[in-house]
Amino acid sequence: MYAQMIKSTGEGVKSLEEMDPQERAFQERINAGGKIEPKDWMPDGYRKNLIRQIGQHAHSEIVGQLPEGNWITRAPTLERKAILLAKVQDEAGHGLYLYCAAETLGVTRDQLTRDLLSGKMKYSSIFNYPTLTWADMGAVGWLVDGAAIMNQVPLQRTSYGPYARAMVRICKEESFHQRQGYDIMMKMANGTAAQKKMAQDALNRFWGPALMMFGPSDENSVHSAQSMAWKIKMNSNDELRQKFVDECVPQAEYLGLTVPDPDLKWNEERGHYDFTQPDWDEFFDVLKGNGPCNTERLEARNKAWDDGAWVRDGLMAHAAKKRAAKLAAE
Amino acid sequence: MTNTTHEWPLYEIFIRGQHGLSHRHVGSLHAPDAEMAIKNARDVYTRRNEGVSIWVVQAADIAASSPEEKGSLYEPANDKVYRHPTFFDIPDEVGAM
Repeated sequence: MYAQMIKSTGEGVKSLEEMDPQERAFQERINAGGKIEPKDWMPDGYRKNLIRQIGQHAHSEIVGQLPEGNWITRAPTLERKAILLAKVQDEAGHGLYLYCAAETLGVTRDQLTRDLLSGKMKYSSIFNYPTLTWADMGAVGWLVDGAAIMNQVPLQRTSYGPYARAMVRICKEESFHQRQGYDIMMKMANGTAAQKKMAQDALNRFWGPALMMFGPSDENSVHSAQSMAWKIKMNSNDELRQKFVDECVPQAEYLGLTVPDPDLKWNEERGHYDFTQPDWDEFFDVLKGNGPCNTERLEARNKAWDDGAWVRDGLMAHAAKKRAAKLAAE
Repeated sequence: MTNTTHEWPLYEIFIRGQHGLSHRHVGSLHAPDAEMAIKNARDVYTRRNEGVSIWVVQAADIAASSPEEKGSLYEPANDKVYRHPTFFDIPDEVGAM
């Protein structure tokens, strides 16, 4: 998802009997649906996993501004431009909510930023794909934000209080994102033959990468069990992916577009669509840094950080000067 | 801050009502320091189990926007109706979005 491939630090899930009284009380509280707050005791692994997960989620929001930012200056109308700008602005906000949630765990914002810029921390693989046409803005809102919502809605019930509360705010705002995307898709799909072709091409290119957002298949997702016991992951990767496919297929049909999967078929018995898994070799390759835009994305973030240094320093100097003047006046 | 009158400073009190919720401002009180402010807040604001956690902040440390700024701060959002999901007409057939 926005946080794929979170490697757990624990050695597998302990039973309640194996835990010392403190850890047992912690786990029992989570089992009972209680929330963990920043000043509560928590196992080291819980803290470390959450920092990675929330950090990766925050980085995804920030890097996720780049593929859409690419089209702000070239939006087809002033209205579309204002809408896209508002959406990208929301993503920045989501990054901020999440960085603050991570900071309650004892990591600093600057440290998280440094780890993103050095490539030590990851962001979602989806943002390493290029946005080639205006129809991609539709596909991103519809599919990428749609997949994000699928994962984020259950996270509103996650065990860590600050993360859960950040998710509530984010989910409230995501609906706008997905709907504006689908609205673009409807326009394109009902437009000229060339526009419809662009919409189909965008769906073709984003379908597989969107399915990858949920992370590897459950049998290859070795770190999930502990995260699920801690309720920092609420559903399995395959479960969410299936739910996403089931929702998207009728939406694609309504648009008159074809999901690029020849084996896609309604399975009456299961009550779900059967579908082809995305190319997992490609997924792992993109995570390793070899996707079409990995280098470009990290370069853009590093450039923004470096070019912004004088602004950050200047504002700090100004604040210090004002403080000194205030003190002198007292 | 110089305190020539020896008055106890004013603290703003925030209480988390139940697990999972944010702290909310409930009122204020005077106390000689933060530790005492928490103790006093316990007595003043949580006598009937109203909370599971207390935050105290010196009122002097709170920076607040002023009512006169209302227009310049919030009016710009009024003409950005597209930030609301209902701005977009999505057909019922495609499901909730």
